[in-house]
Amino acid sequence: MIDAGNTAWLITATALVLFMTLPGLALFYGGLVRAENLLSVLMQCFAIACLVSVVWLLCAYSLTFSGPGPWIGDLEKALLLGVPRDAAAPNTSIPESVFFMFQMTFAIITPALIVGAFVERMRFGAVLLFTFLWLLLVYVPVAHWVWGGGWLAQRGVLDFAGGLVVHLTAGVSALVLAVLLGPRMGFPDEVKPPHAPWMTMAGACMLWVGWFGFNAGSALKAGGDAGMAMTVTHISAATAALVWIVIEGLKFGKPSMVGAVTGAVAGLASITPASGFVGPVAALVIGIAGGIICYFMVGVVKRGFRIDDSLDVFAVHGVGGAIGVLLTAVFVDAALGGAGLAEGRSMGAQAAIQLTGIVATLLWSVALSFVSAKVVHAVTGLRVGAEAEEQGLDLRIHGERGYNM
Amino acid sequence: MKYIIAVIQPHRLEAVRTALNNIGVQGMTVSEVRGFGRQKGQTEIYRGAEYTMQYVPKVKIEIAANDGVADSVVDAICVSARTGHIGDGKVFVLDLEGVMRVRTGEMGADAL
Repeated sequence: MIDAGNTAWLITATALVLFMTLPGLALFYGGLVRAENLLSVLMQCFAIACLVSVVWLLCAYSLTFSGPGPWIGDLEKALLLGVPRDAAAPNTSIPESVFFMFQMTFAIITPALIVGAFVERMRFGAVLLFTFLWLLLVYVPVAHWVWGGGWLAQRGVLDFAGGLVVHLTAGVSALVLAVLLGPRMGFPDEVKPPHAPWMTMAGACMLWVGWFGFNAGSALKAGGDAGMAMTVTHISAATAALVWIVIEGLKFGKPSMVGAVTGAVAGLASITPASGFVGPVAALVIGIAGGIICYFMVGVVKRGFRIDDSLDVFAVHGVGGAIGVLLTAVFVDAALGGAGLAEGRSMGAQAAIQLTGIVATLLWSVALSFVSAKVVHAVTGLRVGAEAEEQGLDLRIHGERGYNM
Repeated sequence: MKYIIAVIQPHRLEAVRTALNNIGVQGMTVSEVRGFGRQKGQTEIYRGAEYTMQYVPKVKIEIAANDGVADSVVDAICVSARTGHIGDGKVFVLDLEGVMRVRTGEMGADAL
């Protein structure tokens, strides 16, 4: 039975989540690259959104959400054929068309997050082909396991809005792609600084606002879960931003804008899997944990591992998502202000299930993004030439400039 | 006639302009430039990573002056641009062979 209020909220949430990618994430990333690569980043995010939308309709939605298979869905709902206009999506009171659109916006932002790993040096054709393969080989199966009734869902894994499905898959795959692609020219000591930190701030704020749709929308109805999801989302973002401000203030004496907004995004990624299950005090703890750990992981990846995950997708999203997934097992406990553990299940048992989810998602993402990247390498090549990289992708690949001054 | 080129700290520009106004200088050309000298580059920190800036922002001022006032122009710039820190810049003085005012076609000192 379709409910008008729930439907209205989910249509709104869908728009908010699309707004996270277009233009939120695009601007967030765009400000962090050098001026000669701004348009290439905007274009990659934009084109990924278009490509994923079409593939989602053709088969990806159906493979994710249709059928009871433990590993992958079926093609019954390919092209949404046979889905009546007024039919509610299974176990919801919203039309399936709205559920389809809402979930599509998640499928869009997840590969778009990976853009941060390969900015300033990946071929445009390679971006599109990688996205196509990655969507079908990584996103679709993992989303099916967790949200489509697959094996992790059957074990009772808790991932409210995509700590595993979105942030861990994207973060891990970003790291794999960054390794296979190699670092930017001049990394680590002579890469160019962000060309427009203000743009990064504007994009991060759009992400923050859009995240209300992402997390509170994942309740799939308007009500107490959605309201609390929104509350904890906001608190975690604010807390993690403060953590970065404090760390940078103590360490460098100058708390930076780019650092503060990155902290907010780390807090948002960390609370995502927990958002519908936990209370506001948990949000403070998750924000602090996500803020501190993600901050130090940025340094570990860049200077410890020497991997040019250029815009820190793994350190912020991969690590943040995993932290949230683990802490969900703790703070879902009703005694700690959460929605309550499944009947008869201990916190330890839930933590084991969460850990299984993390390990499975991690291994699957590493393996299949490696395969995807290797296929792309063989078909189109991954990387632009040295001269194109030096000149910037805007002019060389897209024939336009971000700034005509 | 002398052609005076000063490369200074950007935040001293207004002080220099005021000082030059006070001694009667009526025109100058100002550009935003980048460069390095003994100050070398500087570092900026984004997400905990240091970025070395090879070139630092400077302001370049160009002034054409009659021989009689050139020294006072140089003095005024030096005094007003100085902060005492490394990176305060330099003033270059060149002989100027000719000047023409585009509007009237006046030549030499009359065109200044």
